Amino acid sequence: MNEKQWSPRIVAFFCNWCTYTAADLAGVSRLKYAPNVRVIRVMCSGRIDPQFVMDAFAHGADGVLIGGCHPFDCHYVEGNYKCLRRFKMLKRMLQELGFEDGRLRLEWISAAEGEKVKRVINEMTEEITKLGPLGLPEKFKDWDKEIDALEHEVNNSLNTSKQSEAAYEH
Amino acid sequence: MVSKNNELRIGFYVCHCGSNIAATIDVVSVAKYIGTLPNVVVSKDYKYMCSDPGQEMIQADIKQHRLNRIVVASCSPLLHEHTFRTAIEKAGLNPFYFQMVNIREHDSWVHTDRFLATEKAKALAQAAVYRVAHHKSLETKKVPIKPAVLIVGGGIAGIHAALTLAESGKKVYLVEREPSIGGHMAKFDKTFPTLDCAACILTPKMSAVGSHPNITLWSYSEVTKVDGYVGNYKVTVKRKPRYVVEDLCVGCMECIKACVFKEPKFSDEFNEGLGKRKPIYIPFPQATPQVVLIDPNTCLNLRTGKCKKTCMQACDRNAIDFNQKETFVEVEVGAIIVATGFKTFDASRIANYGYGRYDNVFTALEIERMVNASGPTGGEVLLRDGSHPKAIGIIHCVGSRDNKTNKWCSRVCCMYSLKLAHLLKEHSGAEVYNFYIDMRTPGKNYEEFYDKLLTEGVHFIRGRVGEVTDWTMTPEEEGKLVIRVEDTLAGFVRRIPVDMVVLATGLEPQADSQEVRRLFNMSCGSEGFFLERHPKLAPVNTFTDGIFLAGACQGPKDIPDTVAQAGAAAAEAMLLIDKGYVEQEPNTAFVLESECSGCKSCVSLCPYNAISFDEITKKAKINEALCKGCGTCAGACPSGSIVQNLFEDSEIFSEIKGVLAYE
Repeated sequence: MNEKQWSPRIVAFFCNWCTYTAADLAGVSRLKYAPNVRVIRVMCSGRIDPQFVMDAFAHGADGVLIGGCHPFDCHYVEGNYKCLRRFKMLKRMLQELGFEDGRLRLEWISAAEGEKVKRVINEMTEEITKLGPLGLPEKFKDWDKEIDALEHEVNNSLNTSKQSEAAYEH
Repeated sequence: MVSKNNELRIGFYVCHCGSNIAATIDVVSVAKYIGTLPNVVVSKDYKYMCSDPGQEMIQADIKQHRLNRIVVASCSPLLHEHTFRTAIEKAGLNPFYFQMVNIREHDSWVHTDRFLATEKAKALAQAAVYRVAHHKSLETKKVPIKPAVLIVGGGIAGIHAALTLAESGKKVYLVEREPSIGGHMAKFDKTFPTLDCAACILTPKMSAVGSHPNITLWSYSEVTKVDGYVGNYKVTVKRKPRYVVEDLCVGCMECIKACVFKEPKFSDEFNEGLGKRKPIYIPFPQATPQVVLIDPNTCLNLRTGKCKKTCMQACDRNAIDFNQKETFVEVEVGAIIVATGFKTFDASRIANYGYGRYDNVFTALEIERMVNASGPTGGEVLLRDGSHPKAIGIIHCVGSRDNKTNKWCSRVCCMYSLKLAHLLKEHSGAEVYNFYIDMRTPGKNYEEFYDKLLTEGVHFIRGRVGEVTDWTMTPEEEGKLVIRVEDTLAGFVRRIPVDMVVLATGLEPQADSQEVRRLFNMSCGSEGFFLERHPKLAPVNTFTDGIFLAGACQGPKDIPDTVAQAGAAAAEAMLLIDKGYVEQEPNTAFVLESECSGCKSCVSLCPYNAISFDEITKKAKINEALCKGCGTCAGACPSGSIVQNLFEDSEIFSEIKGVLAYE
């Protein structure tokens, strides 16, 4: 893929009862939105392990969207609050790691809010398009290369210093 | 069915859904691409996968190609996952060796760019192919159903559903917030378009509810708590004190006669405040149950403790009990029908129509009571000063089809305005004007009713009324209310002087619909009415299994539609109960004991207290019967030792990898 054609890839985790259903409603209502989001269904936003989010980034997602039921509305009473806690933790961690703020987003979208699915996805796609690719897989490769290069350099300098030591001893 | 060497053999099917999918997504190229992935043995596209030939194709392929995993890319799994699972089970494969890809609601219907939509479909399908490899063989659990139904709301919807279920031999608990069942319909005078009297058709049904051996009627009661799940709901009902023992009272009303208040002087709710009642009263003559109640806000004894209690002396059955407290009862039911109805629009919200400001501006519901023979005026149409109106204006769409208040059409106002026009003319002989935006009369014999009104000399003026004012311009307008309206057929602004204004108020969700929604774990549409699972194919179902909708709580509707829907909801509940059991999705969680470090992180997370900590083994334990399958514990377990069936870590990780694998 060349730079010109690049458009963000967003992985979304939607809860079965509210946000996934809202996305279905958006479909039934024939709302049109950006085709950049790939939805993964979970029963509850509380199921979303922070590792899922990190794994999505590691595999090349440019953004991650989490959708759950509004406060008080969780099908499982309070899974959305558990999700919120993890989200806040993730936000802090991603910030420390140098991720831009817009890469991870949490939205409460009820089953009736097909319109909100459209708005959030369009907004997020637009924002991440501005941020540009995250490209973690490529970065991993670059880092690997850098580390290889560094290792090489260190080995070289070790060798030369050994040689000079040897020369000195002579 | 997995072949001897555990070799994965995946079958992939992509559906055209006629042109619903195929018009936007190049399904052939999706099938071709998925066919190149490892372990995919069969990859096909077909016109309608959910059709019999579509399902048979999968079944034949399972046998012929020894497939052990199936992926179907079509519509939402919420629609057809069950269909395909059943189909592959029939072919001898465990139904959970299946994954569905939503490329209709989440793709073809929401995107326009064919290339990008196809790319997305490929990515989603690839994720499912990756995921399905990790699927396990699972068993559904069959849980028996409690053969009883709770119906919330005793309007015509609740009444009809209750009688239908009770007649079929099901136990019904009918909970009504007001002292009597009957709802709005009990207040109506006549019903359109047949003009048969509402009481004549409703009260036999009400008394049937009251006396039916299979119906337990709890009036003046509210549901306060709902626990459990489809087939096994545990419901707590609060019974408000009426200060009269229901089982003892026979409705003789001697106590009402004996009340220290000799004359009724308190605003009567049933008559929309047009009439008066005593502190001890029966809401209306045909009230069901036929039991009096005492209003604690107006009763002298309950307010001050100082009263001769003449009512108690008058009651020879000792039914009056001033010490009554609210009580709570608990019932177990298999299904719940929510029929909580609507409220009428508060007309004072539109200040320019003068409701609450001008005496002779009434709401349609007030007029219903006024024209009723047993109403506060005995059926006479009277102005507040007791005189007879000579001209009456009925304003349509008050709180309907209005961007400032409610956008929706309330569906019944045109028809009930026509009915009231007829009744008002009949009762008062006055000139009656209808001010309408559009006349909406779709329904059996409705248009004919409108035609009839046109010949009865009722005036029709097309235009949304600008204001109702007492500011007069000519001598004829003196002492009258002037309706200012742009007559859009005549093309100029008119001023119509009338004596009485009737506001055809629209239908709104109940004020506490949000709390009720949460109580029953339902959803609301943007306007606040309860959301049905599917507008066409599941109009009485909600997103929570075993909870059904009937009547105007789902959206404005007239009596015929309400009764039809109540019947449908009753049939759904019956279906559930007669089946005898519910199959539970096996998405519960369990602990891998060998991995559990005993950190107890999960224990406090479970909202259902399904997780306990075994002090002997020092491991967490999940009670499968209590687990509802949210997966919150699995998402939190630091050692990855909690597994949620159907949503295992490995399944979701492979899905993540899959959606991102396609460049």
